[in-house]
Amino acid sequence: MGLLAKSSVADLEAAWQGLSEPPSYDFLRAPETGLAQVRARAGGTGLRFNLGEMTMTRCVVRLRDGTSGYAYVAGRNRRHAELAAALDALLQDPAHRDHLQATVLQPLVEKLQVLRQRRAAKVAATQVDFFTLARGE
Amino acid sequence: MYVAVKGGERAIDNAHRLLAEDRRGDPAVPELDLKQIEQQLALAVDRVMAEGSLYDRELAALAIKQARGDLLEAIFLLRAYRTTLPRLAVSEPLNTAAMAINRRISAAFKDLPGGQVLGPTFDYTHRLLDFTWAEPHGADTGTDAATGKTLPQAMPRVLQLLDGEGLIEPPRADAPTRPVADLTREAMTLPAERDLRLQNLARGDEGFLLALGYSTQRGYGNTHPFAGEIRMGEVAVEIVPEELGFAVEIGEITVTECEMINQFQGSAEHLPQFTRGYGLTFGQGERKAMAMALVDRALRARELGETPSSPAQDEEFVLYHSDNVEASGFVQHLKLPHYVDFQAELELLRRLRANASDPSPDADPNDHGPKP
Repeated sequence: MGLLAKSSVADLEAAWQGLSEPPSYDFLRAPETGLAQVRARAGGTGLRFNLGEMTMTRCVVRLRDGTSGYAYVAGRNRRHAELAAALDALLQDPAHRDHLQATVLQPLVEKLQVLRQRRAAKVAATQVDFFTLARGE
Repeated sequence: MYVAVKGGERAIDNAHRLLAEDRRGDPAVPELDLKQIEQQLALAVDRVMAEGSLYDRELAALAIKQARGDLLEAIFLLRAYRTTLPRLAVSEPLNTAAMAINRRISAAFKDLPGGQVLGPTFDYTHRLLDFTWAEPHGADTGTDAATGKTLPQAMPRVLQLLDGEGLIEPPRADAPTRPVADLTREAMTLPAERDLRLQNLARGDEGFLLALGYSTQRGYGNTHPFAGEIRMGEVAVEIVPEELGFAVEIGEITVTECEMINQFQGSAEHLPQFTRGYGLTFGQGERKAMAMALVDRALRARELGETPSSPAQDEEFVLYHSDNVEASGFVQHLKLPHYVDFQAELELLRRLRANASDPSPDADPNDHGPKP
């Protein structure tokens, strides 16, 4: 679910359109945009506190066979939540899971990895070794 | 006291039209789109999200455009917008130790595990206007990704290095059942616990916190700070939806975190040890995170048995004046019609002056109560 939430809506749309027979579904909960209060901890590990809010959209769909799919995605894109929920529902079905894993999820994983590694390499190039100079000795 | 004024609808409409015209500027100049603001004025977007207390880059960009670049006005717009949305979830506490690092430095330890990573910083720039930016720059900035260096998988917290020896106060354990203060739900009350203070500071005005932090350095409640660690990057946000009962990641946000190491003299009960100040902000906001950490530490005076003597240590002063939406509202309300108040003051002043030149027994020069 995290992967579907982090992928771009364009990629999810392409994945959905690429299905040989995209199933139809109903909304158990139509896409709804609201807020998540983001918590953090003092010092990173201590007392919890509320840092601020972020927008998020949730959606629940049901396939014809009764399988439900859930989505909770950052931002306000209703279509993103809808597609993520529909794909989540399909992934519940053992008959589809392996195929979807290979054709949809794996490419999304790789795409995010490439982006992350490209950024990390540029950041790593700014790693520095500071030398201190002893004075007065 | 304000009085209702009637009329002026047409003038107001025209004022708004004029505002729209000025917002657009010279039509011969291409109009900004939100993506441009989001990408190229990213730090303005970050500040508006942090103080608007709402992480949504596109909304912040819209607010900046609508506010003509007035960031405080944009923050106000974002705050107003958030009240229109229902709260769907509360996240699990962010795990900043698992951050995808964009920057990570320590001014206290030179050789720290994981290394010093400068990232996209203004530090070490010469602060000379660079006229090459007056022209379109193209996409290639020559970023060097081929140094062969890699970032370690995990970047340990710098302050943990001191933890082992007991040289720094341990972070306070947090009972999972403890309710977390939320000033968006309940009005702030004093004395404020640290969770409420940190929430207040996280959305507080950067300029105000910067000045207060600076004041502590100049001796008004000095806490001898060291920037133990500053890190900036993306962290995952997880929620536990009721209907699922397990944590799911909804996305990533960029945050900046600062941990200050501060001196503490010790007391009858405690050996001298370092104490902590903490700053965390949405987006890339190092100055804000550092200022917040200084003020957080100053506000811990009571808890650490120090005698508060300076503005930055006075929680009522700090917490009730940190919010720029409230501050801006109260300062700017002076523009509202105060005609009756002013007439009363005018009358009073005339009377006082008349009495001074011709004192008569029935005049009461003390009759000038404060304005509401």
